[in-house]
Amino acid sequence: MTPVLFQRARVIDPRNGVDGVRDVLVTDGRVAQVSEAPLPAPKDARVVDATDKWLVPGFIDLHVHLREPGEEGKETVLTGCRAAVAGGFTGVVAMPNTKVVNDSALVTELVLSRARDAGLCHVYPAGAITKGLKGEELSEAGELIGAGCVALTDDGRPVMNAGLMRRVLQYATQFDVPVMVHEEDLTLSAGGAMHEGATSTRLGLRGIPSSAEVAMVARDLVLLEETKGRLHVAHVSCEGSVRLIREAKQRGLRVTCEVAPHHFTLDDRAVGDYDTHAKMAPPLRGDVDVKALREALVDGTVDAIATDHAPHGVSDKLVEFEKGINGIVGLETALGLTLALVHEGVLTPRRAVELLSDGPARVFGLPGGHLAPGAPADITLLSPSEEWTVDAHRFYSRSRNTPFHGRTLKGRVTQTWVGGRCVFEDGQLKESR
Amino acid sequence: MRHLLGIAGWRRDELEALLDRAQAHLPGGPDASHVLRGRVVANLFFEDSTRTRSSFEVAARKLGADVLNWSYAGSSVSKGETLLDTARNIEAMGPAVIVIRHRSSGAPGLVARHVKCAVVNAGDGAHEHPSQALLDAFTLRQRWGRLDGRTVLIVGDVLHSRVARSNLLCLKALGARVVLCGPPTLLPPGLEEMGGEVTHQLDAVLPQADAVMCLRLQTERMSEAFLPSQREYSRLFGITPARAERMKPDALVLHPGPINRGVELSPVVADGPRSVILEQVANGVAVRRAILEACAS
Repeated sequence: MTPVLFQRARVIDPRNGVDGVRDVLVTDGRVAQVSEAPLPAPKDARVVDATDKWLVPGFIDLHVHLREPGEEGKETVLTGCRAAVAGGFTGVVAMPNTKVVNDSALVTELVLSRARDAGLCHVYPAGAITKGLKGEELSEAGELIGAGCVALTDDGRPVMNAGLMRRVLQYATQFDVPVMVHEEDLTLSAGGAMHEGATSTRLGLRGIPSSAEVAMVARDLVLLEETKGRLHVAHVSCEGSVRLIREAKQRGLRVTCEVAPHHFTLDDRAVGDYDTHAKMAPPLRGDVDVKALREALVDGTVDAIATDHAPHGVSDKLVEFEKGINGIVGLETALGLTLALVHEGVLTPRRAVELLSDGPARVFGLPGGHLAPGAPADITLLSPSEEWTVDAHRFYSRSRNTPFHGRTLKGRVTQTWVGGRCVFEDGQLKESR
Repeated sequence: MRHLLGIAGWRRDELEALLDRAQAHLPGGPDASHVLRGRVVANLFFEDSTRTRSSFEVAARKLGADVLNWSYAGSSVSKGETLLDTARNIEAMGPAVIVIRHRSSGAPGLVARHVKCAVVNAGDGAHEHPSQALLDAFTLRQRWGRLDGRTVLIVGDVLHSRVARSNLLCLKALGARVVLCGPPTLLPPGLEEMGGEVTHQLDAVLPQADAVMCLRLQTERMSEAFLPSQREYSRLFGITPARAERMKPDALVLHPGPINRGVELSPVVADGPRSVILEQVANGVAVRRAILEACAS
């Protein structure tokens, strides 16, 4: 494998406390050296002039829907990986709510095999908590984890049965994997199409109160304390949830959480005139919640930024708002939306990078997330101030469902390297096959 | 061509002009049977509504229009056709105006963005029912001349009521004070931001009202436990003869119909001297003629 020398990059590596101009040498697919002094280029090395660029650990997205098997018209493992590397992600966690559900080693192996064929980035499957995501019987977690699953989740569906949830947290402790939860009390959210507030009243849409999420977070924290398990709260959307998680962390509970870029960027007013591209679960919340999420990103309550990349077809969104399917694609806009917080002075560059790389790697115990010598050369090189306008028609994802079409973002991926191989460069994929 | 998707977005002078135009369409006004002659008004009703559909149909015919009545029952929708496909098929038949009633909030707006003809919202979900609000305002204006300084009390299930939302916006735009009253489970958040005042104490506000607008208690919601019982609702929020006694002597009672007699409104009051319910129905045709005329022109 050709050695690579990145010269004069601003290296931001939160785990190792690096933020400064460095040369980085990659050999044999791993980081070999990070040096303040200029490094000589080995023979046959590719030399990348990274002046004015940030060189950071490759991003890891804990929450991605690749739709394969079953809904390949929306996305496949291949197209999802293309979108990932175009967005600077070198690893993604694939949710199990495919059709067939990933509740068996067979499906896990299929996803991993498709990922190997794609040959672009790491795909880490998550296995279902319950068989068929029905919330009734535990799936065979041991088999799933043995086949390569990194977490257990019924994502998209809450585990409404508290007794079952308690047993899952208990059972998973033997594998030490996180139980990832979509927190929604269905008796509180029933029939709701958006956040309950002044906008839902004006639009005459049934609201989903914040309590639908907060009440379940509270329940699961109680169960977590009792079971000594590991809980990862997916796509936290409201002020009450981050407050409870912050307190639980202070008390030493093993809870982590993620926030999606759309939840810290938009509030419920983005639904505007029944725009189904602003329809998601959990819904876009109020401005108070957006403010609270931003504070939680800063103070460490939030461990990771995760996109909840949810591809859907045009006809899924071109319908009455109440009928519209939840979710937006997120892999290709995550960096720009995260850096918006840096440009606004909310996050430091180091914290932003941490939330996209080191944080998620730690939460699920994944390789990567840092650039110490010996670490896999999963690297994202980006221009932090380059402006570009989101054009959904040019996404690598197979789907175009985004509320950010037409928005100008600042910060763009210039190169994505996975295991020392360049997979994306200057807007072009570098596929091996 | 302009759509009427809701009261939101219309200025006071535009609403007044529409109501002025309705004045000319009252019985005994100038012959308007040529206004839409040779043109088609399509009624797309995805939800049952004999009253509103009939009113639009009579209004359209009195303007000389041909009326295409489409209803969801037994239609292609039951075979899985989308709203937009249905609307585009109707549009291909060349109507000047599509009047649409739909159970989903925002559905007429969705159609309006994808067809070339004018779209009139005849009630969408819990969003708006602008023609109802205009006929209510017209009826009050007929009695009072102006709405400025008047207090209108809207009582009942505001949460599920498109009539309440459109009336709040319309009455406020025309200068009235609007108070919304009902049980807390049926008053959604953010009504103040739309210009309303909110209370749960009917008897306290009743004497201030120049008009009381009852909302139909949607009994189909009872199973969702918004209320313990019709009986309790009626005791707390029903306009009974005893309550009517405590109203201003000349205060009016309105109801968009159909009435649950004895629940939100007692028969004695519904049929009594304060009631303008049948005037509302009569004025509905004139107001809808004005709306169709405005949108088709």
